[in-house]
Amino acid sequence: MSHPTESPIGLEAPVTEDPPQLTKKDFMSDQTIRWCPGCGDYSILSQTQTVLAELGLPREQVAIVSGIGCSSRFPYYMNTYGFHTIHGRAPAVATGLKCVNPDLSVWMITGDGDALSIGGNHFIHLLRRNVDLQILLFNNRIYGLTKGQYSPTSEVGKKTKSTPMGSVDHPFDPVQLALGAGATFIARSADVLVKELRDVLKAAYHHKGSSFVEIYQNCNIFNDLAFEDLVARKVRDDRLIFLEHGKLMTFGVKDAPKGIRLHNLQLEVIDLAGGEFTEADCIVHDKYNPLLAGMLARMQPPHFPVPMGVLYETQRPCYEEGFNQQVTDAVEKQGPGDLKKLIHGSQSWVVK
Amino acid sequence: MEGVSQKPVEQRTSVTICFAGDSGDGMQVTGSQFTSTSALAGNDLATLPDFPAEIRAPAGTRAGVSGFQIQISSEDIFTPGDAPEVLIAMNPAALVTNLGRLRPAGTVIVNIDKFTQADLDKADLKSNPLDDGTVEGYLVIPVKLSTLTKDAVAPFGLGAKESDRCKNFFALGIAYWLYNRDFEYTRNYIRAKFKEPYISANLAAMQAGWNYALTMELLQRSFAVAPAKLTPGTYRNITGNEALAIGLVTGTQKAGVRLFFGSYPITPASDILHSLARYKNYNVTTFQAEDEIAAACSAIGASYGGALGITATSGPGLALKGEALGLAVMTELPLVVIDVQRGGPSTGLPTKTEQADLNIAVFGRNGECPMPVIAASTPSDCFDIAFEAVRLALRFMGPVMVLTDGYLANGSEPWLLPDVDSIPSIPTRRTAEHNNPGGQLLPYKRDAESLARPWIVPGTPGLEHRIGGLEKAENTGSVSYDPVNHERMIHLRQQKVDALAEVIPLAEAFGDDHGVLVVGWGSTFGSIRQAVISARHDGKAVAHLHLRHLNPFPKNLGEVLRRYDRVIVPEMNLGQLSRMLRADFLVNAQPLTKVQGQPFKISEIRAAIDDVVAKEG
Repeated sequence: MSHPTESPIGLEAPVTEDPPQLTKKDFMSDQTIRWCPGCGDYSILSQTQTVLAELGLPREQVAIVSGIGCSSRFPYYMNTYGFHTIHGRAPAVATGLKCVNPDLSVWMITGDGDALSIGGNHFIHLLRRNVDLQILLFNNRIYGLTKGQYSPTSEVGKKTKSTPMGSVDHPFDPVQLALGAGATFIARSADVLVKELRDVLKAAYHHKGSSFVEIYQNCNIFNDLAFEDLVARKVRDDRLIFLEHGKLMTFGVKDAPKGIRLHNLQLEVIDLAGGEFTEADCIVHDKYNPLLAGMLARMQPPHFPVPMGVLYETQRPCYEEGFNQQVTDAVEKQGPGDLKKLIHGSQSWVVK
Repeated sequence: MEGVSQKPVEQRTSVTICFAGDSGDGMQVTGSQFTSTSALAGNDLATLPDFPAEIRAPAGTRAGVSGFQIQISSEDIFTPGDAPEVLIAMNPAALVTNLGRLRPAGTVIVNIDKFTQADLDKADLKSNPLDDGTVEGYLVIPVKLSTLTKDAVAPFGLGAKESDRCKNFFALGIAYWLYNRDFEYTRNYIRAKFKEPYISANLAAMQAGWNYALTMELLQRSFAVAPAKLTPGTYRNITGNEALAIGLVTGTQKAGVRLFFGSYPITPASDILHSLARYKNYNVTTFQAEDEIAAACSAIGASYGGALGITATSGPGLALKGEALGLAVMTELPLVVIDVQRGGPSTGLPTKTEQADLNIAVFGRNGECPMPVIAASTPSDCFDIAFEAVRLALRFMGPVMVLTDGYLANGSEPWLLPDVDSIPSIPTRRTAEHNNPGGQLLPYKRDAESLARPWIVPGTPGLEHRIGGLEKAENTGSVSYDPVNHERMIHLRQQKVDALAEVIPLAEAFGDDHGVLVVGWGSTFGSIRQAVISARHDGKAVAHLHLRHLNPFPKNLGEVLRRYDRVIVPEMNLGQLSRMLRADFLVNAQPLTKVQGQPFKISEIRAAIDDVVAKEG
């Protein structure tokens, strides 16, 4: 969010001399939450409310824009501005909103079907334009609201109501797709990783540009335990790697520490307990390195742990800045519009 | 004048001329130059550009023919003329595709250099139309246009191809002599548009064309068209798309809101995007979206954010925007949607005109999803209709559909410029005040008269609320699945559109108050009006009712329709308005249909009127 300045649409920037410190509760709306009991969405909602309070954002400066799907009911549960739009189109609505109202903190909520299937086109163009907003993609690898069809992130062979013999489509990897589309901030987390998710959401907020966060989310009704062998408390230390910029890439349980080294231009898991390798062999995470990001994005089980945290970040001008700058430049160059001049054009004549 | 015309000059009230050539021959430039020059000479005029969908179809083929028809007059005219009296044809394909339009005994000026066997083959002709009787009955003037142009520009050292490209100015020179036009405007245009040596070459080509026409024996006289007695005031020549863009800017400026234009390029609507992109100092922003859906959705997002979202497209794009328009209806956000209609269905005839999107405009969304629909009648009326769209959208808080078409979009006419200061300002429903102090905010609480809800923009402290495409509870706007509430909201959304009938002009027929009523909408205005004028001149009891508001209709429409014995409805579709009139008013509205990608001729409508009158006895 940029600092409140004079808004191009004539809204007065709010005067916040001594803003009252809001709490998580202030961000909870009066609507009854209608997600299934046990759904991973509850945790993501809760972490988002906590983070917004911790960031000290005034409620009126927050706008949540969503598409269609279970996750997209999110805005109704937030006591901020919110727009539950149509399937796949949240990126376009959010772009229009942010362009004319750049002081808002815009959070886009979407799912694997919403963002990558019906809204795939808008998703990649949003990332390409680098509109300054946060994109939270709840990936549960299933269509929940339509009651259990495979999604564009479901694994090949997935048996669902629409694929009783198993799906034959190859899935998208959201992180690789985002990287290819030119995203300037790419992170991953999971509904059950409470603290890490909060950290990632804060980092996403602080990034200027489109911040893409893939969140593994359990659908306990139609795709229960889809991420269990990655994020379960017992296995997560060994199956996930928590990236921190400037820190060594290590992971693994206490007795079996492991690391990632770069060898022959490839990442490789190394055993730090066997004596052959030490931490000095591990590489240091550099979130600004696009080549490393490409390699991290391709790290997949069972050979690799799944990278969590901020995989990649870079700086590029935001779309809405250039968009609004052109208006400022045009006024500076041509003067504020004079309707009489516009209507008369350059070739008028008088009939007496 | 570039020398003295030594041949007799004949005064004429109106003349219609058609320039036709290959799409690479520069005929649109020639036509526009003739238009602007005639406008500055004070004539009333109307133009009809007619170009192919392909940017450069194979040279010399019939598919590649690009034409520009213009009528200039010393009287008030409404159309580009039924039949040209002069056709300037740059090749055989241009000749045979346009000859049918020419009036009997009309003049054809042909570029004889382009009638070789190879040229005839490209035009798919078995024999030379100049020899085989095709042009019998016309005055054919063969001109070695390519050779003469080449000779005229020889001193400037251009290559063969470059020399040949000057021939449209040679043709223009002939036309300028024939109609006693001044070079001044075009001379300035050439100087501003080109660099040397092309400036000198084009000027020389134009002068050579003029000189040639003067000395050529076959052209025995030239014609003069006196300035028209137009309503006093300041005028400019304007196309529909440009007028529309200016109208949108004027509307948003008068409303004090930012204009956000989200659009995806599509023929014939793209020029609106091009125009608006140049008006950024008028608080205009343009967003070239990734597709038609994003164009509409970004505009909705902008309206949510406090600007006026506007999107423009043509038929196929409108089909894609349907779901988004439903969202705008449901969330009750202001929006202007422009459909510059073209020939359909599917990709259809992208560069040709049609009026076949009335049904989709009025009915084409899922659910009970009413939208106001208004349509422009002439190129300059696009200004007024755009302004009206802004006014209605901001008044009733919802999407408004504007229909124009390819003919209006690219056609032009002199526009009597409005006085900026007397254009009224447009109020908006923007608010920062809580509408239920002490209680829950009511984002869907309605204004008693218009039934519009308040426009509460994110960033406004204390008024946080959520909107979306799910059904709303009355007043609170919370999600509601209550059956009775749903029905109530369906009725409210309909009533909101219906209520606009209170703030739109009443229907008023031009002409007689009995007999035959010709009802039209959109770009058929000119042909219908001229046909009705001529029929009344011949003593027939006829009237013309032009509808600018198609949803809701003017509230006295039924009453007006019932005054007449017969109602005929000319439309460039299969009778979409006539079906609406029958359904709403139980009148025997007879369709008169034409779907050829070309506007109605006056004579076609006149014939239909005569036919009906004859049957009545």
